[in-house]
Amino acid sequence: MNLPLTEPGAADGAPGDHLLEVDGLSVEFRTDHGTVRAVRDVSWHLDKGETLAILGESGSGKSVSAQAIMGILDSPPARITSGEIRFNGTDLLTLPAEEQRAMRGEQVSMVFQDALSALNPVFTVGSQIAEMFRVHRGTSKKEAMDKAAELMDRVRIPGARNRVKDHPHQFSGGMRQRVMIAMALALDPAVIIADEPTTALDVTVQAQIIDLLLDLQRENGMGIVLITHDLGVVAETADRVGVMYAGRIVETGSIEEVFSRPAHPYTAGLMNSIPRVDQIGSRLSPIVGSPPSLAAIPVGCAFHPRCPRAVDLCRSEDPRLVEVGPGRRSACHFAKDVLDA
Amino acid sequence: MAPAAAVNVAQAGLWGDVGRQLRRSPQFLIGTAVIAVLALMALVPQLFTRIDPRQCDLARSRRPPSAEAWFGYDVQGCDYYANVIYGARSSISVGLIVVGGALVIALVLGAIAGFWPGWRDNVIARVADVFYGMPFILGAIIILYQFDERGVLQVALALLLLTWMTPMRLVRASVVAIRDSDYVQAARALGATDLRIITRHILPNALAPVLVYATITIGVVISAEATLSFLGVGLRLPAISWGLMIGEAQNYVRTSLHLLLFPGAFLVVTVLSFISVGDALRDALDPKMR
Amino acid sequence: MSRYIARRLLLAIPVLIGASFFIFFLVYALPGDPVRALAGDRPLAPGVIAELRERYNLDDPVFVQYLKYVGGLLQGDLGIDFSGRPVSETIAQRIPVTAQLALTALVIEAVIGLIAGIVAGIRRGSYLDNLVLVSTTFLVSIPVFVLGFTLQYFLGVQIPLFPISGTNEGLYSYLLPGFVLATASMAYVARLLRTSLAENLRNDYVRTARAKGLPERMVIGKHTLRNSLIAVVTFIGADFGTLMGGAIVTEGVFNLPGVGRAVFDAVRSQEGTVVVGITTFLIFVYIFFNLVADVLYAALDPRIRYE
Repeated sequence: MNLPLTEPGAADGAPGDHLLEVDGLSVEFRTDHGTVRAVRDVSWHLDKGETLAILGESGSGKSVSAQAIMGILDSPPARITSGEIRFNGTDLLTLPAEEQRAMRGEQVSMVFQDALSALNPVFTVGSQIAEMFRVHRGTSKKEAMDKAAELMDRVRIPGARNRVKDHPHQFSGGMRQRVMIAMALALDPAVIIADEPTTALDVTVQAQIIDLLLDLQRENGMGIVLITHDLGVVAETADRVGVMYAGRIVETGSIEEVFSRPAHPYTAGLMNSIPRVDQIGSRLSPIVGSPPSLAAIPVGCAFHPRCPRAVDLCRSEDPRLVEVGPGRRSACHFAKDVLDA
Repeated sequence: MAPAAAVNVAQAGLWGDVGRQLRRSPQFLIGTAVIAVLALMALVPQLFTRIDPRQCDLARSRRPPSAEAWFGYDVQGCDYYANVIYGARSSISVGLIVVGGALVIALVLGAIAGFWPGWRDNVIARVADVFYGMPFILGAIIILYQFDERGVLQVALALLLLTWMTPMRLVRASVVAIRDSDYVQAARALGATDLRIITRHILPNALAPVLVYATITIGVVISAEATLSFLGVGLRLPAISWGLMIGEAQNYVRTSLHLLLFPGAFLVVTVLSFISVGDALRDALDPKMR
Repeated sequence: MSRYIARRLLLAIPVLIGASFFIFFLVYALPGDPVRALAGDRPLAPGVIAELRERYNLDDPVFVQYLKYVGGLLQGDLGIDFSGRPVSETIAQRIPVTAQLALTALVIEAVIGLIAGIVAGIRRGSYLDNLVLVSTTFLVSIPVFVLGFTLQYFLGVQIPLFPISGTNEGLYSYLLPGFVLATASMAYVARLLRTSLAENLRNDYVRTARAKGLPERMVIGKHTLRNSLIAVVTFIGADFGTLMGGAIVTEGVFNLPGVGRAVFDAVRSQEGTVVVGITTFLIFVYIFFNLVADVLYAALDPRIRYE
């Protein structure tokens, strides 16, 4: 297990080449019942104006890695055991706590899944947005509230001016998520991490929120890390995708390539489990079994108990994430075979 | 009965964990030890003193503690140690009668209210609201003032009237939580009667919160009895009660501190023991509350 | 909010009726002679007895008695003492002392309870947290009169820091009694805030506040505390009523001339009408402040405010 699971330089390019680089990140949870390795040697990068989707089931470590980047892990029990998180070439993890805090919201901000619980119920939405300007910029109360109203208008909340003094529970689910986005957007951050931003919403509202995020991205060229379990959302929005399984990245690449020619049996399984218009009539084949508990990750390749291709090698050796094509990586001993299948 | 068996195993597991944690808790161990000694004191005070607490001699009035009389003598010249020892009985009796009675009422009314929602539940809830409207000591003063005789039973009855509501709500909540669960449905499908479901499945689940409540409340009730007796609306002479002793002592505190100190210390230690044991039980039963 | 408050007020009506009926039933309708119960063992002149029977409508049917009783209560009639003086007059004259005592206790309770609760809540498991846990358990275990006499002896007699009796030194006379009266509630406030802070720190909005780049003191001092204070302030509001009632013991111990002391003395002189009258008044004060707390809760929690 001490062998790096990822080839050196898997973040692609020299440090500082990208807007945000996650390099060899591992996160553990120490509990009374043992250590849970929630994130294992995860690497990826994000460029300006780009959307990277991190795709995975619940418990795959995708949200934990997002919290690690934001520096908001609950520690203890969580602990970053290795890795670097570079923003414009600077490793955030080695920054003094105060500088790290100043980066949050200013350079990298986050949109959470359930806006109802993520917004503070006792403060008005306006004051919660205005707080960003007050704390980071020292803006006067009145001016900050004006800016909050402008932001609410920008995320297309109808009658924004009249709603700044309303509380979160007075908004519909979709409008609340817009408030969250307005808050994340307030200081014009370079990166927005959206953790399942549409999961709690109705399907029609989901599309509106995704459109809003993409429109805003076009306006200010921010990078978006979209964390989701929804293949449809990924297909619609992302430029590139990283697929996570049991705390690891098992495959990365551009949307077109990963979706049309997966290079990992898990991704291939995911693709086969969604209905497709061009294959009406053919049978869906969901992946058998269920994802492993992070407290008991199988030895060897974590996916082997569910993998149709598994052989003895897979049960003993965890495959490294290696390049299988231009800009494509896979962590499978038989990546080439899967790719050609 | 397979689902019920599974629940019983889970219950056994819970109580096993609880037992292990309690054995490591000093406040639980010390508390139960003190309570055991107090119980013995209440049952057989003769084990602790040979002296008759009512054998008094005015000549010895308010003499301070000495080798022959460890706690000194009271205003009447009675041995204070013997009085303090005999005082445990009133406190413990009132505590046990009130909490025991409250639990019986709580189990019956709580099970009725939880198991048969509708008018029964509503009536019980409204009656409980009225009694919640009565503050503990004030309500007890009004009630006790109507009795010509005020002994342990009368004081206990007054406090009982103001105590049953909270455990009733705890039982009701447990019943409601479990009433519609799968394993109760399964037991019902297998032909279990309502009574059997209540006694076998629902009450064991209500046990944990009620036990914590009961232990702490014994302490609170003992404190209330002492307060009422001190005020003069609780037990009356010739009853022996720590509250009465302190009431008697109040005019002599400056010169005869021992008259306040000994019954006061016994009272505090008693109340503290019950409350600590209750606290320890809660921590063990519900670790996340700590 | 007005709907919520209206609902609360409606719910309070059966409680008020129930409480008044309960008191009435106990005092006047139980078998036995109410006059004798009110007088205790004191021998009364036949004239006084007749006056009491007339005064309390004891010769009317029970139901009429109750209606007259409630009608009297609504007009502030709480009965008369043996010298013929209305109990309400005694209350009006003495209430400032009791209110000041309860207010002093409330301030002490809030200040110490909040500080202890915050310290314990944000540093769980620390030395200070354990100190708060142990001392609160200890404080709720000491009956008020025991603590009162003990502090009176050590801080009034041995080391004469505080006056031991009366109100001659103005606000200063209220400090020690106020502290004694406040102890149990103070411990409760500390525990309540500690638990509530710990619970609220697990909420998602705390994570959001951190993700916004707020300094930790704002994450806790503003976002978490504001939510936790809803329950605590509500409790403190209701507690004013409890403290007024608790004044019977404290005013008895410290000899403060408030309504509580009047009950304390009346028990000793067996003036039942005064005991029952003032206690009834204090019970209604208690119910009233429970209502105040409900309104306070609505005002503090926006989720209810706009219901």
